[in-house]
Parts: sequence; structure tokens; C-alpha cells
Amino acid sequence: MSFRIASSPHQHSQKTTSQLMLWVAGAALPAIAVQSYLFGYGVLIQLMLAISTAWACEALILAMRQKTILPRLRDHSALVTGLLLAVSIPPYAPWWLIIIGTAFAIIMVKQLYGGLGFNIFNPAMAAYVLLLIAFPVQMTQWLPPTTLQTYDLSLLDAVCAVFTQYSCQGYSIQQLQMGIDGMTMATPLDTARTDLTMGLTLPESFEKPIFSQGAGSGWLWLNVAWLLGGLVLIQQRVIQWRIPLSVLGSLALCSLIAWSINPDIHLSPIFQLFSGASMLAAFFIATDPVSASTTLKGRIYYGILIGVLVFCIRTYGGYPDAFAFAVLLANMAVPLIDYYTRPRTYGHKVKKGLL
Amino acid sequence: MQNLLEQIQAAQLWDFPGGIHPPTRKALTSKKSIAKLALADRLYIPLRQHIGVAGQCLVKKGDFVLKGQALSLADSSMSIPVHAPTSGLILAVEDHTSPHPSALPEPTIVLEPDGLDEWREREPLDHLTCSLPQLLERIQESGIAGMGGAGFPTHLKSAIKQEVECLIINGVECEPYISADDALMQEEATTIVKGIDILCQLLNPKIVLIGIEDDKPDAIAAMQAACKQRDHYFIRVIPTKYPSGGEKQLIQVLTNKEVPAGRRPIDIGMVMFNIGTSFAIAQAVLDDIPLISRIVTVAGDTLTQAQNMLVPIGTPVSALLNACGFQPQAQQRVIMGGPMMGFTLPDLSVPVIKTTNCILAPTYQELPPARQEMDCIRCTACADACPASLLPQQLLWYSKAKDSAKLEEYNLFDCIECGACAYVCPSEIPLVQYYRVAKADSRQQQREALQAEQAKARFEARKARLEAEKQERQQRHEQLAEERAAKQASGSSDAVAEALARVKAKQQDAPTDRETIKAERERLKQQARAKQAAQTDMPPDGEAKSPIASEVSTAKEPADPRKAAIAAAIARAKAKKDAQSATTSDEVVSSTPAEPADPRKAAIAAAIARAKAKKDAQAAAPDEAVSSTSAEQTETPEPTDPRKAAIAAAIARAKAKKQKDTETK
Amino acid sequence: MMVIIALLALGALALIFGAILGYASIRFRVESDPLVEQIDDILPQTQCGQCGYPGCRPYAEAIANGDAINKCPPGGDTAIRKLADLMGVEAKPLDAAQQESEKKVAYIREDECIGCTKCIQACPVDAIVGATRQMHTVIVDECTGCDLCVDPCPVDCIDMLPIPETPERWKWDLDRIPVRVVGAD
Repeated sequence: MSFRIASSPHQHSQKTTSQLMLWVAGAALPAIAVQSYLFGYGVLIQLMLAISTAWACEALILAMRQKTILPRLRDHSALVTGLLLAVSIPPYAPWWLIIIGTAFAIIMVKQLYGGLGFNIFNPAMAAYVLLLIAFPVQMTQWLPPTTLQTYDLSLLDAVCAVFTQYSCQGYSIQQLQMGIDGMTMATPLDTARTDLTMGLTLPESFEKPIFSQGAGSGWLWLNVAWLLGGLVLIQQRVIQWRIPLSVLGSLALCSLIAWSINPDIHLSPIFQLFSGASMLAAFFIATDPVSASTTLKGRIYYGILIGVLVFCIRTYGGYPDAFAFAVLLANMAVPLIDYYTRPRTYGHKVKKGLL
Repeated sequence: MQNLLEQIQAAQLWDFPGGIHPPTRKALTSKKSIAKLALADRLYIPLRQHIGVAGQCLVKKGDFVLKGQALSLADSSMSIPVHAPTSGLILAVEDHTSPHPSALPEPTIVLEPDGLDEWREREPLDHLTCSLPQLLERIQESGIAGMGGAGFPTHLKSAIKQEVECLIINGVECEPYISADDALMQEEATTIVKGIDILCQLLNPKIVLIGIEDDKPDAIAAMQAACKQRDHYFIRVIPTKYPSGGEKQLIQVLTNKEVPAGRRPIDIGMVMFNIGTSFAIAQAVLDDIPLISRIVTVAGDTLTQAQNMLVPIGTPVSALLNACGFQPQAQQRVIMGGPMMGFTLPDLSVPVIKTTNCILAPTYQELPPARQEMDCIRCTACADACPASLLPQQLLWYSKAKDSAKLEEYNLFDCIECGACAYVCPSEIPLVQYYRVAKADSRQQQREALQAEQAKARFEARKARLEAEKQERQQRHEQLAEERAAKQASGSSDAVAEALARVKAKQQDAPTDRETIKAERERLKQQARAKQAAQTDMPPDGEAKSPIASEVSTAKEPADPRKAAIAAAIARAKAKKDAQSATTSDEVVSSTPAEPADPRKAAIAAAIARAKAKKDAQAAAPDEAVSSTSAEQTETPEPTDPRKAAIAAAIARAKAKKQKDTETK
Repeated sequence: MMVIIALLALGALALIFGAILGYASIRFRVESDPLVEQIDDILPQTQCGQCGYPGCRPYAEAIANGDAINKCPPGGDTAIRKLADLMGVEAKPLDAAQQESEKKVAYIREDECIGCTKCIQACPVDAIVGATRQMHTVIVDECTGCDLCVDPCPVDCIDMLPIPETPERWKWDLDRIPVRVVGAD
């Protein structure tokens, strides 16, 4: 009989990193379902491409870095990165887009910084920004929700569209983007911003069918699904409430102020919160522990920064949605935020008070 | 606004940040009554079982001791004695695996019980009538050290001169499994309260707070009943949360005050004692029972019968486990202490000591060992769990980078090593282990920096001294040269005459000089004899060394180890000289070959020297050297005078060395 | 004409900025240790001379004048790293001939000491006490482990022994705990 030497503590809570990551992936399922329902099978194809690319790249780099591969793949962080990028890009974007994006996210943004835990930028968002700047056309070709689509797309059509950019009937993506009103459609946020530049007021713009349900047909439900998933994560203590609340709160507050000043050119808070990637980013992206702030107070500042940046970019910037930029900018500020929001250690700077 | 004291009296409780709720698993042991463990075959009593300096060992192999007899002497305020847990025979005083995470061997007394359990004479005190110094002396003599785990000498803590607002008795026992204090409170509440009475007499606090976690209803009831007549004793039932039993955390929970960093609780008017300590104080004062046994929780699923046991100090862990039906698994872990802060034992002969509150032998299913450490994802679950509001993920980062400046900036030394961070870490990083290593490194660096500073100062002082000496010499030379020049200038013819005169004068002086020298020598001899006479009861050689050494070191403030070391060296030298002068004067006086042990030693030394010289020579010069050294050796007469022999040996060694050097050249 | 004006203007500007810079360098001077002092503070002060210089300070001066930073075995990699930071050079591994070893201190086998005082003269930090024809001993806490006393000893009675490990100094190296393997019972 021999004895085993180990360091204390000898007891552990049974929550592991891979479980946390699986919870994140699981909580994304309702939203993925809604997104697939809204935009067709393209979403699922992108997901599969993204996740397999993520795994392959992770394994490749781990092998090159001479690290153990299987235990590190099992932490499921690559899965989550691929998943988040896949749901962020247009469902019928060409196949190489997601592969380039995911490979960039895993290899350049994550592994070259030292692997899990060492990257300063959110891999999915950094890749999204790369794609948006390098391939702006492909990255904005969102189809209208299925209810507004002129053509129905089968699974086979979806595969064809992703891999050849033409459906089986030979319609190009541009044709598929055409809505039932015969106009090329974009996301509600994009439409609103284009109309504003064309001199329309928002109430005029909202006449369009894409805005049929408050925050844009379909997008509302998608955001509700992400919200639900996020609440589950909070309830399971996978993420904390601070970042989502401060992101959404600051975004809502900014837009409320702007909207009450001039509703003709500013979107309403409800519209801001339930369109684009608002809920996805607030609950699933900004809360990425590796690149977010690590102190309690810091997380609130971090969230507020993201919210304000999103509002500013959406309102004054050149891009319709802004979460990727906002998150990356906030990532950059994290070391600073962390440094100045360190908690007071027990026994340090105690206020004097007699018993 | 309510005064803080009033708030405390109004039973208000506060909270500390962080903390965790691990499954407590105490019910297995806390409901059973305390079992008494039979005496083991051998008891291993480490000389040091507390924080501070070991007492001086009073026994040697073959001594017979009675139960409760002191085995060591507390010769400074930082040391406390250890006592024989039962009557029996001292088998050895030797190094034995210590009950410390390092398992490094430490001096330990091995006692074989004779089974009679015969007490020494006891003198119970009445604490109400005796003086405070008397009480403190009794506490020190009974070898009481904090029994919560740290093992700080109790007499120091209870001799505080500052005003004590609040005496806190720690019955929290927040670590999972451990229920030793719980059991003690259930069975011995009245004695514990008597111990608290004695502490009150010593410290005179305004209020006494007894903190107990709410998962110990029986203990709370027992203590409440025992404290009924004392209206400034307050039992505080605090919510179960780890680590609320930490000194700083309990103060925060009970009084909402923080101990400033680097200070002690008394600096904010608080003193804290463990339940077990107050029980030990009561026993020591009222019944004159020194600290020779304690309650230990023996738990874990590899035991058929987990329970609390009254264990004589020094009992090896194997005896405890076997008494509880130990069925080990392969690669069994045996943990001394709780699952959060305890350490694993490399073998089971490690004894129970004054600070041991738990022995844990868990199965793999019960406490799965840590799996492969994964990368930190900066989830900050650790920061949320940290009771000291540290940032464990940053500390980990800087520990890995060995950045001691940053570690200090992030207050590494405020970490209490409670293990809450590592408990919650989803990547199963052994955070506490990293911090311990970083702390040890940091301490080492501090020591080395201090040493370097001293070395530099000493080097510089030496350089200055050498420089001064050189200058002095030069000055003298110059002076002499000047004088010579002056004399030569005054007239060279006189110089010879003068020299002659000097020589003459010297010759005249010489006899008187010689006489004074003789007289002086005589006087010294007499002195030596007197000294020898004074030490006749001392054995002549080696054995004389240690008593003198210790005498000197005790006389000269043993607090400074350096001074003590020098003193010891001086004493050794003295002892040696005395021994030698003793033998020579012996020879002078009686001229009979008394031949004490010394010459033999000298002979051995000479032989060793010869062997060495031979070896050296052989290694250096196979042919010539051998002949020369062997010639040398044969010339050397058989050493009868030890000093001569030693010198001869030394000469031989020196010669051999020289030869070797020339050979190599 | 234009050229002259341009030259004058530039010259005036140069003068003004020069004056400002000169004033700033006096007004905002940062008092810092001279380089040699800073280097000396990093060196371990064992005064062992293994670098080839008689003591740490001479080596510090040599480094300040451009000598290699990797000649100090007692300082080890830590000192080299700090020196590299300070000097703005690449950290090099320790000289091949001078491998970092466990820290040791000198002990005199007192029975064999003949009291020649040679070691006392050799000790750079005065850590040996004794007098002519009297036994010598090493003040362990002051010994820097430079082993300069070992060679001069005519009777080879000085040992360099590693400092014994104590629980206080133990560095939590759990892997080195010897586990006693007991036969299965």
C-alpha cells in the first residue's frame, strides 16, 4: 500500500470548465432553433462548418504547440467560439467565409495569444470584424425572414446556396434577398439606417414590411430566444447578471434619451434592445470570461462601455450593427478597467472606527 | 445610530465577502459520543508542536517518565514544553517524520507506555485566589498552544497588556467532516466555560462572544445551558459558510471589524481562542492536567466506524485508523486536518499533535482527487469565493511568472490559504499550492536580500579595515624610515654604539622579563586548576560540551540565533581547551598514565589523518610520495599526548597536500 | 533674403526649444542611483569572486563598463534576468563553466582545525571567528557560501555543506516527499 500526496483542498465543486462551455452551447439552442426557423437551413450548415473548422484548427495548433489535444478539445471552448461566429454571419454567406472566420478566430485570436485564457480579444467577434471589413458584401447579405421570402428554400437549396451562392433553381443570392415587395431586403437595423440617409424619417421607414412586428419581423423573436437562453445561464450561475444588465441598461438608457429628444431620427429603446445582435451579444458574447473584465465593479463599467459604444456606432457610425466593434473596443479597455477596479483586500485601508 | 457595541450585544451579525458551501458531512461523527482510544505501542512526541521554538529536551534514552511529566523545558517565551501522555520508558530521542506538510524529520521523543498510566503529582490551582502570573505560568508549563490549527502559544496570547474589548471563543469549526469541537462542546460545556472564566480573569474583556455555526444545534444548546449565569457571555449562532471559522472572518462576522493588514486582532481590541484551547486551560489550571490528549475526528468512507476520539498526543495515525476499521484503497490518501486545508501524509507513523483536529481517510468516490489542471479561463469564480477579496486569477498569473513585486501589489500575503478558490475553480487549478510556493519563494527572496545586504556591509567593513591597517603599516614604515634618515643625518658613527647599547639594555632587561612571564604562567595555571576543580563533577570530554554550551546560550539571550551560535562555538572551544588542559595537568600532577578518553580520540584522528594523507599522496604521486610520506609516518612517534598527535597529524596532512599541489603543478 | 529669414526663424526656434529642454532637465531631474549601484544591488553579494573579479562591486563596475552579465553563479538566472532588464540586453544563460548549484555554507570540522587563521584571512565577509592556534568556527548565518576559505586550509578541515531544509524554509515541493511504500495488508 502506498500513499498519495496531494495539495489541499482535497474537495472540489463538481462544476468544470467543459460543463460551463456546454451550458453556454446548450443555452444557445432555442435561439439557434428560432434562427433556423426564420432563415432556413443555412444556419445549421454554417454551424456545422464553423464547429468542425474550429475543432480542426484547435487540434492542429495544439499539436503544433505540443500540448495534449483531447483534454483541451474537451473543454469545448472551440465549440462555443465556432457556434457564436456561425450564428452571427448571414446564413447564406459563402462557405469559405465561415471557414476563414473560424480559422482566424481559433488560430490568430486565440491560440497565437497563448490558447484558452490568454486571448485579450473575443475570438468570435474579432473574426466577425475581420470578415465584415474584408468581405463587406458577403457579410451583409441577410435574407429576409422566411415569412417575407419570395422563394422557399429547401435543404438542398440551402446547401447549394452556401456552397455555390446559387439555389438549385439557379437563383442568385441577390435574387433570393428580394422581398415580397420586390425590394432587396436587409436587416431591420440596416434598413432603418439606409432610409435615414435617404432622408426618410423613421416612422416613414417603419411602413416597410420588414418592420412588421415592432423591432423587425422575426428578429424580435430571435432576440427573445437569446434572452431566454441568457436567463438560463444566469440562473445556472454560468454567467453573472452584471455584464448583460449593464450592457442592455446603458443601451436602453442612451436610446431612451435620444428617442425622447427626437423620435424621428432615433430608434426606440425597445427596437434597440430587440434587434440585431443585442441579446446575443449581451448574454453570450460580452460575458465571455476570458476577454471580459474580471472584477465585480469592472464588469459593470465594461458592460456600460459596450452599451454606450453600441448606441454611438449604431447612431453615428458607418455600420448598422455595432456589437462586434463595441466588444472589441471594450476588450482593449479591460486591463485598464481591471487595474482601477481592484477590490479592497481584507484588512487594507480599513476605515477607522472604534468599537 | 446604534453604537457598535450595542449592535453586537443586540445579536446583530454581519457577513464576509465570498465563501463557499461545501457539503459538510459532519453528521457521521457529531452525533456519536467521544470514544477513548487505547494506548498505542509507541508514542512519538515531537519536541515542537506549536509555532515558535522547541523546548529543550529533558529526557534521554532509557529514562522512565510518569504521566504528565514534562519532557522538555520551555527556556524562552516562544517555547512551550511537551509532556508524557502516559507513564513509560523513553526509547529514543531521534528524528521522526513530522506532522507537517513537508514531512521533514524533526526531533521526536519515542515513548513506550508501560500500561500503568501512572500520574505524577498534581497540584490543582484555584483560579480565583491565585495571581495572574501564576496562572500564566501554569498555562505555559502545561504546554498549551492554540488548538484550532495554528498552534500559537496560549500564554503569550493571554498575557496581553492592551485593553481587550472583546474575547471571542471560536466554536465555528467550518471545515467539512471535522466535529471535534462540536463533540467537545456537547460533552464538556461546563469545563469549557470554566476555561473561558479563567481567560476573562486574565484578559478582562468587556464582552465574550462565543461563535458557533448553526449546523451544531446540540453544541449550541449545551453551551447556552452552561453560560446561563454569566450575562456578558453571548452565544452567537452564525450561518454555516466556509471559512467563517477563520480568525479574521469570524471577527468580521461577529463584530463587522477587520484586522488591519499585518496587524493582530488585539490591535482592534479582540482576542480569539479556540474551544479546545479553553478546555485545555481549564484542565491545566483546575486539575493540573497538561495538554497530553485531545479530541480528533477520524472520518472518511474507508473507515467502518467514523467517530470522534480522545487521543493521547503522540499516537501514530495508524493506531487511530485501525481502531476505526480502516480498509485502505490503493493509492489511499490520508489527510491530517480537514479536506480544505489539511495535508496528506506520506506514511502512517506520523503522530497526532496538539494542533491535529482531524484525520481523514476518504475513498475516491467520496473526495475525487483533482483531475488534470486546465487553463484558467478567467471566470473569476475564485475571486467571488475569496473571503479576503483577493484576485486569485491575477495572483495565479503572477505566481507563474514569479513576479514578486506584482504579487505583493496584489496582496498575496493576505491570502489565508483557505482553499475556497481552488474548490470552485472549474479548471481544477491547485491555486493554493501555487500561492504557497510563491509565498515560500518570496520569503526566501526576502531572506536572501537581507543576507546580501549584510554580506555587503560586512565586506565593505572588512575592506575599510584592511585599508586602514595597510595605511597604518605604511605610516609606520614611513615614520621608521624618517627616523632612520634623521639618525643617519645626525651622525652615522653613533648608530653602532647605540645599537650595542640597546642590545645590552635588552640583555639586562631579559631576566626580569623572563621572571614576570614565569609568574604570569604560574598564575594562569592556577586559574586553570581552580576552574577544573570547579568542574570536577563534569565529565571530561564530549559530554562536557553540551551543558556548557547550553549554559552559555541560555545565559546570553537565545533570541538571537547568531549570538547563540557564536556563544555555542566559544563554549565548545572552551570545553575542548578545558578538557585538554585537564589531561595535561593530570599528567603533570600524577604522571601516571591515566589515559582518559581523549588520547584515544586523538589516535583515531591521527589514524584518519594518516589514511587521508596516504590516499592524497597516492592519488598525486604513485611512487615518490609514498616513500616520503611513509617515512614521515614511521618517524612520527605513537601519539600519547593528544595535542602533539593532532599537530603531527595536521602536519602530515599539510605535507601531503603540499606534495599533491606540487605534483599537480 | 527668404533664406536668411528662414534660417533665422529656425535658429530662433532651436534656441527657444533648447532653452526649454535645458531648463526642464534641471527642473525635473530624476535622482537615480548611479548604474554601478543598481547593478551592485542586484548581485547577491556573496563576494565569492567566481566572476573573476575580487568581489561583487568590482564586477558591478565591470558590467557597467560592458562586461558580460552571465558570470555570477550565486545570483543564478534570477540575477541575470534582472541585470538584462536593467542593462537592456538579452538575458544569457549562465557561463557554461559556472553552473548554478545548491546554496551551501562552510563548516569547519573543529577537531581538526589547527588554528592557522588562513581561512579567516580568506573570508571576504568576516564570517569566521577564531585566533592563532585557537579553534575557528564559521558563523553560519553570515557565510555566503563563496568557498574561498576551502582552498587555503592546510588541513582540509572545511566542508561546504548544503543548508539543511527545515519546515520553515520548505518550499512546498510536494513531489519530493518520500512516500513510504508499505506491503499490502
